[in-house]
Amino acid sequence: MRMDLIQPFIGSLDAVLAEMMHAPAKIADLEMEEDGYRRKGTAAVVSFKGQIEGRIILDMDPAAAAYVAGLLAGAEVDPAEPIVSEAVCELANMVIGNAVTQLNDRGFQFKVLPPSVLTEEQCARAGQDSEATILRFETPQGIVHLNIAMHYLARRNREHSPVAVS
Amino acid sequence: MKQFEALTRKGDTQPVRYLIVDDSVFARKSLARLIESFGGELAGEASDGLSAIAEYARIKPDLVLMDITMPQMEGIEAVERIVQEHPEARIVMVSSVGYQDNILAALQKGARHFVQKPVKPDALYEIIRYVLNDDSVTAPAHAGRSSQ
Repeated sequence: MRMDLIQPFIGSLDAVLAEMMHAPAKIADLEMEEDGYRRKGTAAVVSFKGQIEGRIILDMDPAAAAYVAGLLAGAEVDPAEPIVSEAVCELANMVIGNAVTQLNDRGFQFKVLPPSVLTEEQCARAGQDSEATILRFETPQGIVHLNIAMHYLARRNREHSPVAVS
Repeated sequence: MKQFEALTRKGDTQPVRYLIVDDSVFARKSLARLIESFGGELAGEASDGLSAIAEYARIKPDLVLMDITMPQMEGIEAVERIVQEHPEARIVMVSSVGYQDNILAALQKGARHFVQKPVKPDALYEIIRYVLNDDSVTAPAHAGRSSQ
């Protein structure tokens, strides 16, 4: 997977977490995964379609998710409350939206679909369609995982292929 | 949360009435808290573009905060439909997806401004103040994008 396409997602997560959690996020680890994804905490998935297609999973430690939910709701939130999943969906929407904005402004055209809470079934399917890059971020409130799987459509590849001149 | 000086419409002392349109309950709650800190009143909520059109006609809000990516009908199409029926509508797009094509499309359809999520309260406050005092009926050429 091309790092220049992943970089906007890293920068976006860093910026959004810094804004929302008032603390920087540090990349702790990067790995590739080909099997089904195992959810670590509260997770949301956002798909996108266009010249690049794929999906991103934002997966947060329950404590980190509850912290963000509390900040956005203006009150302390229990990690088990449904509003925590809503908060992670909204956070995923912001992270992916900001990254997609950067990629679109660089000429890649694609459309973002509304976020949803990651189900067990989606977890099982997550690793089957394409290889994923999983980034692990450390924040003062807990670990945040960003699982990125994307692929190019042939049209984009053809546009960038060298043209044979006879 | 920081409290702001209450925003009002030109020549009016009544609280500004808002319609918030976003498919995320959480985003609607966050925006509702913000407009409360701006001295505004939440007149209505909608979770998609179709409901937003109906809600706008029903409550005639002073200002709409409209998401873009939503099920049923997206925000840009809803803006077009609302402005066709109500050219005086003041709509600010609030979305995490802020690329040029999206912004241009929203402004061309009649949105007055664009704010990218995560929303910075001070930036949104200034934009709403500007939009409330902007008397142009159609989408203004000087409307623009506020990214963080």
